[in-house]
Order: sequence, then structure tokens, then C-alpha cells
Amino acid sequence: MKSNSKVYPDAAAALRGVVKDGITLMCGGFGVCGIPEKLISALRDSGVRDLTVVSNNAGIDGAGLGLLLETRQIRKMISSYVGENKEFERQYLAGELQLEFNPQGTLAERIRAGGAGIYAFFTKTGAGTLVSEGKEQRVVDGEAYVLETGLTADVSLVKAWKGDTEGNLVYRKTARNFNPNMATAGRITVAEVEELVEVGSLDPDQIHTPGIYVNRLILGAPYEKLIEKHTVRKRVENSHAVVA
Amino acid sequence: MPWSRDELAARAARELQDGFYVNLGIGIPTLVANYIPPGMKVVLQSENGMLGIGPFPFEGEEDPDLVNAGKQTVTALPMSSYFSSADSFAMIRGGHINLAILGAMEVAENGDLANWMVPGKVVKGMGGAMDLVAGVKRVVVVMEHTSKDGESKFKARCDLPLTGTNVVDTLITDLAAFSRATRKDAFRLVELAPGVTAEEVRRKTGANYLE
Repeated sequence: MKSNSKVYPDAAAALRGVVKDGITLMCGGFGVCGIPEKLISALRDSGVRDLTVVSNNAGIDGAGLGLLLETRQIRKMISSYVGENKEFERQYLAGELQLEFNPQGTLAERIRAGGAGIYAFFTKTGAGTLVSEGKEQRVVDGEAYVLETGLTADVSLVKAWKGDTEGNLVYRKTARNFNPNMATAGRITVAEVEELVEVGSLDPDQIHTPGIYVNRLILGAPYEKLIEKHTVRKRVENSHAVVA
Repeated sequence: MPWSRDELAARAARELQDGFYVNLGIGIPTLVANYIPPGMKVVLQSENGMLGIGPFPFEGEEDPDLVNAGKQTVTALPMSSYFSSADSFAMIRGGHINLAILGAMEVAENGDLANWMVPGKVVKGMGGAMDLVAGVKRVVVVMEHTSKDGESKFKARCDLPLTGTNVVDTLITDLAAFSRATRKDAFRLVELAPGVTAEEVRRKTGANYLE
């Protein structure tokens, strides 16, 4: 490994020196789809505490960010939906965990804006609801807008399908979700990939996250990849039903 | 006979039009996908970053990297595309989706919608609901007409925290359908479930509406 290489031998090494108590962390994934599972495990093992975590969801019991909830390493979550996690619910109701709900699109846009150097933006989402309380509002052409600020993080943890040694990333299917947006909004972005390839192997036209956004990366394979809700259809001739 | 869950979904499917891009919420709205009329092209959007949701996979063909907004395993279609969460909500907020079909806890006669939070109960979060009602051109709500206690969920004013103000265009309950041409209009009763009378609907509804 060259001294200026972005590639680290494992998740623990990739987090060494960049995660500390009290930092703000972004974590990609939607439910447990496309979560940086190796980096989350390493974060748990690092023992850092009092984390503020920006993530659409809070994982599920025993997996994803659920691991960091069990060890009480998270002080505050900024999320849009946390419905699948009993430990989360318990800590929140007991007052042990702070929670800031953002509408999912506002969360995504705050992250995009943060990464793009946009301090704040006006959005229709949440106007006239609890979400707008305490925020500047403006009426333009009869339509109410709420001022929302960009979000950045000390460290972003993302998961991609393929990555090259320069940190160029390609995601797979709906495992993309928040990952490319968060990759742009971390002062340090650490990526884990299923396949690590040499520079030149990825088609430059097909790269989702240019390597400039990625500071460190690891090969995370083999992957467990959990499924929250197995939904299948029966092999019946001429069935029009597409959902159960 | 009030409409069943599947009949509600079938009734909601009549709001679809050929060529529409549509976002379906979790629950009964998801069932609407089963009632897209044959030959009509409707493209389903999933806010976690997919256009063109296909049917559930066959057993053994589930892909953990391919789920819908309800975290259910789905499949892709030849026309499908994937994109980031920020792109997905640009699509939603930017008015590019023709129709959203959502569930609700309460709808008010002025079109206000409450479907994400009951104070004092466990709060799971609004997910993408506030963005959908803020940005999608037409919003159809599907819900039961009354609560378990028999109280009207179509009310003069919402009591629960709002998801959006003046955002509902069509409301379909198990008893009746209400609609309005623009968001400046009042709701009008446009259809009754089989065997349900206008008088019964009037008696069970807290909202004012036109008949």
C-alpha cells in the first residue's frame, strides 16, 4: 500500500484517527438496503460515543445502526423514519436518545446542499406543519416555503457495489439511495465496496460518485446483505396480481 | 356493503390515467398496483430511488439490493431506472410525478392531511409523506371512513399534526368517494359504495361537503 493510497486493509484501519467521541456521522442506506455494514461494525468496536448520526433510518434490532444503539454509542439521530427498531423506541421513550425528524426529501436535499456548498434552501415540504416550527418561512406567489439548512458531517460512511483504488464508486440498484449524497457531505468520507478494482476498470461514463469525494475505502466482501421484508409471488400462469 | 380493502384499491386505480408516473404509499395504496387496467401504461416510482417498479420476485430470486419504499423485495422492468435519494425527491418535489395515492389518519374539508403522528403514541416518522404531498400534482387519499370508535376521519378540521395543508384532491373511503376539481373548491360526494346511502355518509361524516 502506497502511503498516499486511499485503500485501507480493513474497516477498523479505515476508521482509525477519523472517528472520535461526539462527532457527527452520516450513514448511507435505506432500511438495511445499502448500509455500510462493515464500517458500522468497526464503529461499534471502536467504542466511540456520543455520536450524532444522520441516517434515513436507525437500522433494525441487531443489525445496521441497531448495533450502535445497543451499545449506547448514539446520542442523537437525524432521520425520517425509525419504525422498525424496538431498542430505538425504548431509548427514545426513556429520554436516553435525542431524535430530529426530517421529511425524507428534506433530509436528502439538506445533505445534497451541504455537500454542494449551499447554506440553505426554501422548500414547500413541511410548510404549515410541525416541521416548519422555529424556521424562517416565506410566501412566494401564494405558496408557503420553509427555510432548511444544508447538512454536513465530520465523517460519512457509505456503501457501494464497485469501487476503484481512486475512490470512484458505482452503486447497485436501490442500494444507491442516500449513499452518493452522503459521500459528498462528509469532511472525511469512508467507503466500503463489494468489489475493489484497479483504476481504468470502471467506465468513466458510468461512475456515480467521482473519487474526489472519497478519502478512504475498503474491500468489504463477503457481504451478509439482510432483507427486511421478503415478498414473493407465486408461479401461477396468467396471474395479474403483482403484490400480495 | 362498504368497499373492502381490495375494492378500495380497485376504486383508487380508477384515478390512474395512461402515461402517469405514480407513487403508491404503504398499505392499501400498494394494492392499487394489482388493479392497473390491462393496456394502460402506469410507471410506479419508489422514493428510495427507483422508477418502474416490477412485481414481487419469485421465491428464491429476491435481491437484497432491490426493495421498494416499504422495504419489500421487488423486481425491475425493462424500462426501470435507479437514482439517489436526492434525485428521487427532486422528482417528487419538482412536480414530475402525476399522482400519489396515500393512506391517512384524518382528512379535513379544506384538504389538510394528517397521516404521520399521533401525539402521546410512538412516533415512527413521516418518511417521504410530507415531500409527496408538497410536490406531487394530484394526491388521492384512501382510508377507512371512521375510526375504530366510530368517529369520522373526514373532519371539519384535522386534530392530529398535519402532513400538509390543502393537499388532498380526492378522498376514497370504504363508504364513498369525494373529489374536487381544484384546491380552491370544496369536496363533492361523487360516488357511494354499493348499498351505502348518502344519508348514512352524511351521518358518519364530520366534514362539510357538497352533494
